[in-house]
Amino acid sequence: MPRHRQFASSALLQKIARHSLALVATVLLGGFLAAVLVRLAPGFEVDERQLDPRLNSESVHALVQARAAPHNIFSFYVRSLERAIHGDLGTSISLGQPVSSLLRERAPLTLRLVALGLILSWTSAMALGLSAAWLRTTAYDALTTVLSGTFLCIPAAVLALLSVLWNLPGALAIALIVFPQVHRYARNLLAKAYNLPHIITARAKGLSESRILFWHVVPVVAPQLLAVAGVSVNIAIGAAIPVEALCGLAGVGQLAWQAALARDLPLLMNVTILVTLVTLLANSSADVIGHVLRSQQA
Amino acid sequence: MRLFRNNAWRTLACAVLLVVVVVSLAANWLAPAGYAKQYREATDAAPSGQHWLGTDEIGRDRFARVLYGTRISLLLAPAAALLSTLMAALIGGLAGYLGGTWTRAAMAVTDLFLSLPWLFLLITVRAVMPLNVTPLASVVVTFLLLGLLGWTSAARVLCATAGSLRDSDFVRQARALGVRPLRLFWLHVLPNLKPVLYAQFWISIPVFILTEANLGILGLGVAEPMPSWGSLLRELEGLVSLGEEPWKFVPLVLLAVVVTSFQFVLSEQQEAAA
Repeated sequence: MPRHRQFASSALLQKIARHSLALVATVLLGGFLAAVLVRLAPGFEVDERQLDPRLNSESVHALVQARAAPHNIFSFYVRSLERAIHGDLGTSISLGQPVSSLLRERAPLTLRLVALGLILSWTSAMALGLSAAWLRTTAYDALTTVLSGTFLCIPAAVLALLSVLWNLPGALAIALIVFPQVHRYARNLLAKAYNLPHIITARAKGLSESRILFWHVVPVVAPQLLAVAGVSVNIAIGAAIPVEALCGLAGVGQLAWQAALARDLPLLMNVTILVTLVTLLANSSADVIGHVLRSQQA
Repeated sequence: MRLFRNNAWRTLACAVLLVVVVVSLAANWLAPAGYAKQYREATDAAPSGQHWLGTDEIGRDRFARVLYGTRISLLLAPAAALLSTLMAALIGGLAGYLGGTWTRAAMAVTDLFLSLPWLFLLITVRAVMPLNVTPLASVVVTFLLLGLLGWTSAARVLCATAGSLRDSDFVRQARALGVRPLRLFWLHVLPNLKPVLYAQFWISIPVFILTEANLGILGLGVAEPMPSWGSLLRELEGLVSLGEEPWKFVPLVLLAVVVTSFQFVLSEQQEAAA
């Protein structure tokens, strides 16, 4: 294997190892912070059923015993970690169901919403960005910028409310929230790429637009667009909270919102760690693929 | 010509922001009855000479609530932005200036925060706080959280800028002359971070305004009866059609105008930071 190839593959392996380490560190650190917050939250060892006057002292004592937890946060964390390794993420205080089964029930809907929202937002952002770069008309460029700027100035929750008002699907609301962020970057990147000397020359020589796009523009903008793709996953997952909460969709976003309103910390912490892992995975994948593309270009 | 046009837009944006701030500060004179007074004989009323934007479902004057809500959002969002910028300067700036392990550790923590969706992080921390706090405390808690959790992206930029300053000639010369590291950071590095700090401060304000609005609509922001743009926008939840009660959209229009104005002012700051 040539020396530069060996160097590139070892750099790639290092990058993957670094990202994997970050994922493990996130789980451990995030888990610890979650355990601290849950353990120190006011009323952790109290069960409201203790106030039920119908229960006798033995029943109340049994409830207290069931809720009793180690006072040392580290041992509480280790116990929680052991349980999590065996698939037991605890029980939701507000819903009275195992957290793992709640997540299993609700994750598919959120994944579908986020995936559809991302596809719609990227398709529309790229279509508008590309058409603006091809047409090079100030009026059209201004129109598309104003359109995305308008969505940028409206809170995500209001877009979710408007989608309910107009009977639009939740995925479209997520797309409208993600679209302006993607469009802003895509438009600038594409406009810059189409002004590169070799692309202007290719256009002047009469190359077809599709050939210019796939052979000359895409290799230039792909690494940066991949970075934006990672960030857009983060935005789309964040948008799932208002969209699911206000559109009445039973996904992970709605679960997080309900848990926050009910101060159901065990559930909220597990949802947050899960969401962090998904976004970290998306960002890491985008970074590794971008690295591969850049090293191939070099 | 283009520069002139850009400046004209920025001047207009600044003028709009100034008018909105002045009008909201004059809320005590423009709406002397206050935001909590209930007109029980006129609940959910349409706009009239007495109530310019009508009343809400429990008879509170909507115009007064919009004015006071604007004042809260426009005063506390910059306060939260100031807090987050200071934290970013301390964490990012200092880590970038110290370099090595400090930079790597600070960036690892920053990346961890950045990988967490903003709203998930906020509602998680908000849920740990008591939800039955007094209205005034809820305002402080909401914006304090925004300030305490919103420093990460600014810290990243400041870390990179401070890192480049660390290797600049004047810092090397000062170090060679025996200036102590903290004094060097305070007297020589921090003043050179000012343009980036200003830009980050301005960028944070519309972000915090929009985030507070999102939290308010979800019922996790400022508590009743205190108004804020978020709590005012909750009224849109009950609408059946757009044309039904258009006056209920006034807070949304005002918020969009303010955020757009900030975007125009920001374009200059972003150029300065670049």
